[in-house]
Amino acid sequence: MSDTAIVASGSSPYESSSALVRAASAVKNRLVIIVPYLWLLVFFLVPFIIVFKISLSQSAISMPPYTPALDLSGGIGGFWTLIKQLSFDNYVWLTQDALYFNAYVSSLTIAAISTVLTLIVGYPIAYGMARAPATLRPTLLMLVILPFWTSFLIRVYAWIGILKPEGLLNQLLQGLGLINEPLIILNTHTAIFIGIVYSYLPFMILPLYSALEKMDYSLIEAAQDLGCRPIGAFWKVTFPLSIPGVVAGCLLVFIPVVGEFVIPDLLGGSQTLMIGRTLWNEFFNNRDWPVASAVAIILLMVLVVPIMFFQHVQARSQEQGR
Amino acid sequence: MNSSWSRFNVTSIVLGFAFLYLPIVLLVVFSFNESKLVTVWGGFSTKWYGSLFQNKGLMDAAWVTARVALISATVATVLGTLAALTLTRYTRFRGRVLFSGMVFAPLVMPEVITGLSLLLLFVAVGLDRGFLTVTLAHITLTMCFVAVVVQSRLLTFDRSLEEAAMDLGAPPVKTFFQITFPVILPAIISGWMLAFTLSLDDLVIASFTSGPGATTLPMKIYSQVRLGVTPEINAACTILIAVVAIGVIAASVVNKQREVQRLRDEQAAQRG
Amino acid sequence: MKSLGSIRRSFTPWNDPAAKPYIAFENVTKRFGDFTAVNNLSLTVFEREFFALLGASGCGKSTLLRMLAGFDEPTAGRILLDGQDLRGIPPYRRPVNMMFQSYALFPHMTVEANIAFGLKQEGMPKAEIGTRVAEMLRLVKLEQFAKRKPHQLSGGQRQRVALARSVAKRPKVLLLDEPLGALDKKLREETQFELMDLQQSLGLTFIVVTHDQEEAMTMADRIAILDKGEVMQVATPAEVYEAPSSRFVAGFVGNVNMFEGTVASRDDSGARIASSNGLTIMTKNAGAASAGSPVVFAIRPEKIKVSSRKPANDDVNVAEGEIYDIAYLGDMTVYHVKLADGHVVKTSSLNASRISDDPLSWNDRAWISFSPDAGVVLAK
Repeated sequence: MSDTAIVASGSSPYESSSALVRAASAVKNRLVIIVPYLWLLVFFLVPFIIVFKISLSQSAISMPPYTPALDLSGGIGGFWTLIKQLSFDNYVWLTQDALYFNAYVSSLTIAAISTVLTLIVGYPIAYGMARAPATLRPTLLMLVILPFWTSFLIRVYAWIGILKPEGLLNQLLQGLGLINEPLIILNTHTAIFIGIVYSYLPFMILPLYSALEKMDYSLIEAAQDLGCRPIGAFWKVTFPLSIPGVVAGCLLVFIPVVGEFVIPDLLGGSQTLMIGRTLWNEFFNNRDWPVASAVAIILLMVLVVPIMFFQHVQARSQEQGR
Repeated sequence: MNSSWSRFNVTSIVLGFAFLYLPIVLLVVFSFNESKLVTVWGGFSTKWYGSLFQNKGLMDAAWVTARVALISATVATVLGTLAALTLTRYTRFRGRVLFSGMVFAPLVMPEVITGLSLLLLFVAVGLDRGFLTVTLAHITLTMCFVAVVVQSRLLTFDRSLEEAAMDLGAPPVKTFFQITFPVILPAIISGWMLAFTLSLDDLVIASFTSGPGATTLPMKIYSQVRLGVTPEINAACTILIAVVAIGVIAASVVNKQREVQRLRDEQAAQRG
Repeated sequence: MKSLGSIRRSFTPWNDPAAKPYIAFENVTKRFGDFTAVNNLSLTVFEREFFALLGASGCGKSTLLRMLAGFDEPTAGRILLDGQDLRGIPPYRRPVNMMFQSYALFPHMTVEANIAFGLKQEGMPKAEIGTRVAEMLRLVKLEQFAKRKPHQLSGGQRQRVALARSVAKRPKVLLLDEPLGALDKKLREETQFELMDLQQSLGLTFIVVTHDQEEAMTMADRIAILDKGEVMQVATPAEVYEAPSSRFVAGFVGNVNMFEGTVASRDDSGARIASSNGLTIMTKNAGAASAGSPVVFAIRPEKIKVSSRKPANDDVNVAEGEIYDIAYLGDMTVYHVKLADGHVVKTSSLNASRISDDPLSWNDRAWISFSPDAGVVLAK
């Protein structure tokens, strides 16, 4: 190519850089933000406002089973009638019936205990994976993720067959002569703990693993070189460095477990009180939507601090990834 | 590195994986059980597979679920990728904190809350519950997971690739489709697969937002679990597990070969 | 190589008042939040020049390059290319191309496709693209690697693909961001000469960013030394080394000994300086220093002679000391000589013969001496 051609190809684009092109590209840039933003506003944020509004309504036998319906056609006047009809009766009701309070407390307790259990079970696995030969690690990681791909419901249901009095665990233990009477595990808190640890284990292992895998093993060698025993090196070096993973893992387990429905429903038996299940029953069995909404709002208020903390942790790890 | 992989590490991994896989293995084994009792072995049989395909209720539910999962995963992948781009590329715009909150919160939000709130939205705007509402609900939930997967890839993405493309004359949109998109495609695909599975698997949100005629497989299974399960469900799960396992193993074998080839190429390149 | 050298010697447009600069930074400032990366900087580069921006990391040299490429816009001031203000022109419409420090090779494309990328963007006909790509591959000697992906190449090969890709469009200016930074020492030295050849044969203007002074001195026609977003000196490699404009430049480029002192007397032929550690220095390169003013006298180690006997001339440009450290480097030997006041003077002498006729050892008495032409006076 000759020199004249270079100049031509280089100089022609100069003129086409117009204000119009820039404006169009600005709108295009905005679209990237606007589309997901609007979607989440409409399908995530607005629903909460509706839940809050309905939690202040009266229950009624109609469809939908509450009054007043969201009807803003009455203009300002209609809006005022609407405000007047709102009531805190549902919240008062929640405080009067000890069932709800107990359900919240019990959910938080179960979630806290099972988070700790999941951490205790998950940490050695994540640690072992992070120390595995590099060639083996992707396979191990895949094996942790693989159970996600099979139905959660079915996996929980499989535990019924294992834990029930005539189930496989009792068959095995009795066959080995370790126990004479079958252990009663199903429909107890123990069954719920097993179910939660089992179902949420990958959520704990993955952040722990990514924190531990990034860690430079020579740090531990340095600690040992400086006279630290292996156990001491673990508590003084490894564990503190894995704390971001621990925090992320615990939040990923704790928050959803507080509102968990399937596990207490299938493994916990009728006397287990958990708030997710209470909400479900209010909604599907009692068809009391306003009370269900009030239960949801209080649950949300209980969880808003850990959720914000989770978001903070996520945002921070994102900053560090930059 | 091997020296640090102690007996303790191996033991904890073996026990951990035994715990994770035991129920799944039992499920598969008992799908071949002659007896109707789920926990008593009555001899080998494949009869539950036969009756599974004759169970119209289950097959219908499976079809609904597959369609919901396909559509919602695809839409969620587009929205989630846009959200991930927003989070990584636009560090300053009004409402960014709210936006990142709306992306991260659904990841941990108890499903009963998400389900209830979406249902009340659909009722409030007078949308009949059914196929459409479940799909919309699943898009909302799963797009956040896609966003997180794609975002973590974008964080390690070498921005100089895009700068190089622009430097060589590609305008931003062209740069995205010719450079950024192909490079982050594996993350987008795994985001899609995650969204697809989450949608396939969801019971709680579907129960709230679905209506007559749009019963999903988990809803069907749940109602049967409460009544006492027939091994048909085991058979259905075994098929699902087999499909997933074959897919995942095939993908990892291909990956592995590619990796080996890559290493060999790199070594050859270093020598040559 | 020989003919190339002769072309270079005659290429000095910066000394020609009539020559029009090709690239001009005019009072350019760039701030990132509170941090000022480039501070009111002005600089000109001439057509077909091989220009180096030299500085430590964070001195603003990469920011300058990125502003020229269009990835960053100046906060104030303007950048002209061939008389045209570049403000507002996006990177994909600028007739400059960049070779990235990380190479930024597109991992999903073959070597061929990487090189063709820019040509496709400007809509060049397919056949012509094929010819040009083949030409580029030949130029960087990668013909048999056309179908490979970047990960199948060695570091040196990747570097050459990046180079081929960035010159394929025949840009008016090629920007190179630490082009040799990722290569090992031996390969780096070879590649320096390849880059110079390429620049000559294509007749392009090169602007290279580097933190390696040797690299800059080897390749560039002129070097701009940057510090904290400001230009400290723009000059040819020889000028930068032999006549640094400031203490910073003298210290940044090569090794140097500095003596603080006051000008005792001054005339047309030079100045006599009384150094604070008792030396009497006579120099011909006194710059603008006037009698009585405080100055710094800078002298390179290789311009100082060390001997075990006192030099014959009088007490000017001579000092007595003790051999404090010796480093034998093969081609030369470095002596550190400690003067009476504790000041350590670095000297280096070429080992021209295999056995020195004047062997010096640790703790020996020794004299240092230098000629009146050997050092320069820097303003304080």
